[in-house]
Amino acid sequence: MNDSAKTEPKLNYLNAGSTVKSWLFTVDHKRIGVMYLASIVGFFLVGAFAAALFRMELATAAPDVFSNDTYNKLFTMHGIIMVFFFLIPAVPGVLGNFLVPIMIGAKDVAFPRLNLASWYIYMVGGSLTLAAVLFGGIDTGWTFYTPYSSVYADSNVIMAGTGVFITGFSSILTGLNFIVTVHKMRAPGMRWMRLPLFIWAQYATSIINILGTPVLAITLLLVVFERGFGFGIFDPAKGGDPVLYQHLFWFYSHPAVYIMILPGFGVVSEVLACFSRKRIYGYEFVAFSSLAIAAIGFFVWGHHMFTSSQSEYAALIFSILSFLVGIPTSIKIFNWTATMYKGSIELTAPMIYTLGFIGLFMVGGLTGLFLATMAINVHLHDTYFVVAHFHYVMVGGMMMAWLSGMHFWWPKIFGKMYNAFWAKVGAVVIFFGFNFTFFPQFIAGYMGMPRRYHVYDVAYQPFQMLSTAGAFFMGAGLIICFATLAASLFKKENCGRNPWKATGLEWNQADSPPHPHNFDAPVVVDVEAYDYTDERIYQDA
Amino acid sequence: MKAVKTAPDVASSYAHQVDNLYAYLLGVSIFFTIAICALIIYFSVRYRRQSDSDRPEATKDGKLLEILGSVIPFVLVMVMFFWGAKLYFDARIPPKDSIEVLVTGKQWMWKLQHPNGKREINDLHVPVGVPIKLTMTSEDVIHSFYLPAFRKKMDVVPGKYTQMWFLPEKTGEFHIFCAEYCGTEHSLMVGKLVVMEQQDYAAWLAKSWTDGNAPAAAASDDPATAGKEIFEANCTVCHTGKPGAIGPNIIHAFGSMRQLEGDEEILMDDDYVRNSMNNPNEHVAKGYPKAMTSFKGNLSSTQMKQVIAYLKSQSEASAE
Repeated sequence: MNDSAKTEPKLNYLNAGSTVKSWLFTVDHKRIGVMYLASIVGFFLVGAFAAALFRMELATAAPDVFSNDTYNKLFTMHGIIMVFFFLIPAVPGVLGNFLVPIMIGAKDVAFPRLNLASWYIYMVGGSLTLAAVLFGGIDTGWTFYTPYSSVYADSNVIMAGTGVFITGFSSILTGLNFIVTVHKMRAPGMRWMRLPLFIWAQYATSIINILGTPVLAITLLLVVFERGFGFGIFDPAKGGDPVLYQHLFWFYSHPAVYIMILPGFGVVSEVLACFSRKRIYGYEFVAFSSLAIAAIGFFVWGHHMFTSSQSEYAALIFSILSFLVGIPTSIKIFNWTATMYKGSIELTAPMIYTLGFIGLFMVGGLTGLFLATMAINVHLHDTYFVVAHFHYVMVGGMMMAWLSGMHFWWPKIFGKMYNAFWAKVGAVVIFFGFNFTFFPQFIAGYMGMPRRYHVYDVAYQPFQMLSTAGAFFMGAGLIICFATLAASLFKKENCGRNPWKATGLEWNQADSPPHPHNFDAPVVVDVEAYDYTDERIYQDA
Repeated sequence: MKAVKTAPDVASSYAHQVDNLYAYLLGVSIFFTIAICALIIYFSVRYRRQSDSDRPEATKDGKLLEILGSVIPFVLVMVMFFWGAKLYFDARIPPKDSIEVLVTGKQWMWKLQHPNGKREINDLHVPVGVPIKLTMTSEDVIHSFYLPAFRKKMDVVPGKYTQMWFLPEKTGEFHIFCAEYCGTEHSLMVGKLVVMEQQDYAAWLAKSWTDGNAPAAAASDDPATAGKEIFEANCTVCHTGKPGAIGPNIIHAFGSMRQLEGDEEILMDDDYVRNSMNNPNEHVAKGYPKAMTSFKGNLSSTQMKQVIAYLKSQSEASAE
């Protein structure tokens, strides 16, 4: 197993060059993935720091740490950074870039230079937005609702809006790259129905990115123009319609929820199959449910607007469509669970994250049903129930899936295996810390506590206090998790090609870390996905 | 130390109906959460890897799970959909006998005005057992009027009127929150709804009107005088009985029964006049064309109020 560690290190994408230039001008999808990893973790820490600060403030009902204005800027900063610079690019940017070409047996993505350009665009947009939130700040909430954002707010709306606008192009170009790559670069024998589900999920995500992101870009541009040049698109004083903004914004931002979570579905499918040693139950249903979610997901945006004064009949349609999008989602949950049946289950760190994902994401999905129900939505809209709901989906779902994927492919990316015990401790602490943080918020929301409240009624204090305590618990889990992963980089020992004994080209045909061209020899695929009865995967490691 | 409350106040039977639906959703959610989590834990233990040489047999995909897994959730969520939509639509139209309160949202306060012109800031006094209709608009950004104890909320949007109503069924004090983020002091844009016995409300309303608690109409800005100006600028041509006018003469008609198309009758009251300015074609006077355009957005709620005050003063003058 440790043969490669004892001999001279083989050429791989990491030791192929060590200068700064060799990174900044690389067109290797793997190096670009690692650059995304470094920058995304940076943004994540900024967003998490903002959360830690305002959670401290929210521990008590009275305003005791920050002013109203600072509090508003903190939650806005948290939202904008986490949504646009962590949740959306995390899985596609890091794992997607690294894995999509390898998983389909290609040497690189279809447009390697464009891929590098995507990272630079992300960094330009990210730096601009970071400057906007750190120097002066912005207080509109990540939703930028008009006319507050376009006329009344007295903060860095134009700068932050421009930053998000620019970053959108990074998503669009990455999406385009992945779609072309999956269509044109698959190795001989890699038929569509042999694709790993991670690829299906990336593919569906890329389609949403390409169709949805331009609408966000246009919308933000209109806000910037209204603010900068007095356009009257959303400002009612000039005959504009502020509710139109909400339609445009959610037309992108609801599908964006699927942009964030679908790649996570892909990760979970890979991990679950490996640590159950089973083919994903109902592969076709899981694959096509991603596409169904991507398609229906474009027609449910109005469920964010039941109380906005949109037509009641429009609300009726949005309500029923929102319920329908729940069906492919529940199919996935059932299939994942069924995959474990009569499997050979090993509770490694990535598996613990994945099982945590299934439970937490399910709670996120089920509470979504409450919000799709018209009469209940009217009560719960804009309360902490909504905050809890989307954190169960975004953090309990997406972040857990991302961490699962990071732990699963870490040995492939860096060739080093982390300490298994501490990784599991991190996973368990994060799981409980998360529930501790966000479950009380469901109750606070049902009791009517509006979101984005700096000062609040003392009746909600017990829940907020629990939430704050839980957040620091979860923070401790994240520190354990990051420290464990980082510590592994100092290990000498190589983990070998296939430490998990998993199926897939990245495990069976590529080194850890992979060769700059991914494979030693051209790849030909002659097996179905997730064939854990194939003895070859067990011998090769 | 007071016991921690974990459920919101229930101040109307509608709130109770919403809670029943909520209980159904909670039941479904808890069932599936426990079922799936129990299966995951059971499988993790029952099928844990005994040795590295474990090679589980491949399971053949069946259609049964996919069919049951779609049909059962479909049925359960359709119940949620229809139940939720029915509650929503049943409670959409305010009853005819509602008291109308005008609500204006403004960074960062609620301005409220009772039918007799009495104003309040942030607090709203209402009688128990009488439906209250709120006609709402904003002077600046979007706000949202939220009454958690009634499970009702509606955005308050600049440039348009939105409406919500509720039937207070028990006396007491309840929260009014702004639920739509509206800027720096969003979390301070809160008030209280005071539900009073009907006689207390009547006394409160009359007392405040005279004792100067509220900014009662001063002689200089008498609403009827202001209303006269608006009326003459906008309504005189059609509505004062001029020869060839395409609308009915309404100058002395306030408080009388009006004949409508389709042999219906309607009392010309505040609500009717306001509605006629907003939706002129909803109740058209018998024998007249549907020719009037809406003044929604052209006249503010205050201006409409003034027009109504003027019409009231004219018909009172003619009765004397």
